[in-house]
Amino acid sequence: MTAVGTVPVAAEAAKPATMAQALRRAMRDAMAEDPSVHVLGEDVGTLGGVFRITDGLAAEFGDERCTDTPLAEAGILGAAVGMAMYGLRPVVEMQFDAFAYPSFEQLISHVAKMRNRTRGAMPLPITVRVPYGGGIGGVEHHSDSSEAYYMATPGLHVVTPATVDDAYGLLRAAIASDDPVIFLEPKRLYWSKAQWSQDAPTEVEPIGRAVVRRPGRSATLITYGPSVPVCLEAAEAAQEEGWDLEVVDLRSLVPFDDETVAASVRRTGRAVVVHESAGFGGPGGEIAARVTERCFHHLEAPVLRVAGFDIPYPPPMLERHHLPGVDRVLDAVARLQWETES
Amino acid sequence: MKKSSTSVQELPAAAAYRPTPPPAWRPRTDPAPLLPDPEPYRVLGTDAAAGAEPALLLRLYTELVRGRRYNTQATALTKQGRLAVYPSSTGQEACEVAAALVLRAEDWLFPSYRDTLAAVARGLDPVQALTLLRGDWHTGYDPYEHRVAPLSTPLATQLPHAVGLAHAARLKGDDVVALALVGDGGTSEGDFHEALNFAAVWRAPVVFLVQNNGFAISVPLAKQSAAPSLAHKAVGYGMPGRLVDGNDAVAVHTVLGEAMARARRGEGPTLVEAVTYRVDSHTNADDATRYRDAEEVETWRAHDPIRLLEHELTRRGLLDEAGIAEAAEAAERMAARLRDRMNAEPALDPADLFAHVYAERTPQLREQEALLRAELDASAGEGAGEAR
Repeated sequence: MTAVGTVPVAAEAAKPATMAQALRRAMRDAMAEDPSVHVLGEDVGTLGGVFRITDGLAAEFGDERCTDTPLAEAGILGAAVGMAMYGLRPVVEMQFDAFAYPSFEQLISHVAKMRNRTRGAMPLPITVRVPYGGGIGGVEHHSDSSEAYYMATPGLHVVTPATVDDAYGLLRAAIASDDPVIFLEPKRLYWSKAQWSQDAPTEVEPIGRAVVRRPGRSATLITYGPSVPVCLEAAEAAQEEGWDLEVVDLRSLVPFDDETVAASVRRTGRAVVVHESAGFGGPGGEIAARVTERCFHHLEAPVLRVAGFDIPYPPPMLERHHLPGVDRVLDAVARLQWETES
Repeated sequence: MKKSSTSVQELPAAAAYRPTPPPAWRPRTDPAPLLPDPEPYRVLGTDAAAGAEPALLLRLYTELVRGRRYNTQATALTKQGRLAVYPSSTGQEACEVAAALVLRAEDWLFPSYRDTLAAVARGLDPVQALTLLRGDWHTGYDPYEHRVAPLSTPLATQLPHAVGLAHAARLKGDDVVALALVGDGGTSEGDFHEALNFAAVWRAPVVFLVQNNGFAISVPLAKQSAAPSLAHKAVGYGMPGRLVDGNDAVAVHTVLGEAMARARRGEGPTLVEAVTYRVDSHTNADDATRYRDAEEVETWRAHDPIRLLEHELTRRGLLDEAGIAEAAEAAERMAARLRDRMNAEPALDPADLFAHVYAERTPQLREQEALLRAELDASAGEGAGEAR
């Protein structure tokens, strides 16, 4: 008998324990397997990124595979376009959510459209990693949730992991994708060990599937990224009140998994969408509309949204009032006891 | 009084503090070799013309004449409604043609929306090169066939692509140079700056050609840039700037050729400014008489790129009346073919709307495609009903 079912000690030691480690491991494995994978961005080389997500990649693969670029987001993404045109698979790091904005013209006018403009002749397999969202006490321009801008641009995939496993699996899928992928990293989960399965992540599934993180019968919390742990905590708390909440982690905002979401809401008859970004014009409106279109006759109450306020991201000492927390989610769940006025 | 005496006491100590600046305090390189010559480089009409190869002169001439005719034909097609719009490069053909002819098969061209002519001179099908402007698709050609990137409409955004591609080619060990075209207005864009900076830092094998045609739509160069010349901008990035007469096809070809060779040798990028003039309006939709006077246009017409070359060729006995007529006839035949083919209705497939957004259609796009298909079937059914 060989050691079937056992995990070698070295692999055990290398198993990612946090999201940050899983992301790093995903890039490392992709670079080792495919010489066309290149990492570039500001500070990604010697420093290993300001969040250390690219730590060690330059040492292992050289600074031509993991490149410190000049400080210029449009230039970084624009150069990545040219690199992808020539057969490379660039993985771009945008240092912080709000620092990515100078690159939006490249993203929207070229990255998202090149396949379309050239009738499929020139696909751009670019992964844009964007640490996003708040909750880390960052000053302004360091905590934006910019997913609505990306979602509104056809031609981009938009994914966001909430677990250690997904950080690995989804980033591998993003790098392997022949289409550009906006990979939103919930930066306040970088060092969380939540939802890490004991098996080393090996599965790389195609982008576009939501998962039920917690089964339940009385209402569905539809969420993604940094709000997933909040919703799971809320679900545990709600149990005391007699609510058996289902939590759906979208993982992929584009494409959107209507099937998993609608199946859940049809089972539970009630839904709350939870995210950090501003509610007005935000992802929640789109999601609520899609749920209503598909599940209207199953709904016992309107689809509610728990979102960040419609304000510029607040200063760090006030951000706890802005971010949707467990209590705000539970308040929304209480409002799902919808009764028409007599 | 007391206050003042205190500060007087402190001053000598402060003045005595004269630290030795660290080495990085001084300029890192000598900017002098990077500076462009004050006068644009010219060949035609100078002694240097005698050294120009007859074969090159004749090739440039044929392409210039063809290019001019292409411009007039495409402009005519806008009047017939066959093209949504056409930004003519009449007056600038020397830049366009030289840009195409200086490239080897393995090199890449990154054109902007006005550079259809360069793409055609590079070997692109003249009809496919016009697809964007006709409106049946954005890019009518496979960029990999002739190594011509899609014509870029947003200004200067194609420049970082050229840098990235050249960089990638060098990483792979391929002998490839990218030539990126931009206008004078485009040099004000952030992407111009970022591309030049990346190219210089990475020593990427890329050449930037600014076609300074005097106006960004209606805004003259004086309101666009306060730089001594656009070629001078190169110095700030640490690359050489070269100034050339953009109506002198031989001079543009020479300067670009030197810059391409320099890139190929691994010595990094060059910024070339070709000073030229857009004789026509910005596009057929523009009225250039609102922002420039006829006298200026006539001055430039007298410095016409085709006539400059024609003069040299006839002076050296390389071209006679028959040769001139022959080139004109060849251009006319090209125009007639272009006209005929552009007059044919393009075959449009509505399914194309969903075919190339992603490698695979998302569930959402599959739903929308089904909706469109149902609409098309319904209208086809109505059409059949009417026919009966």
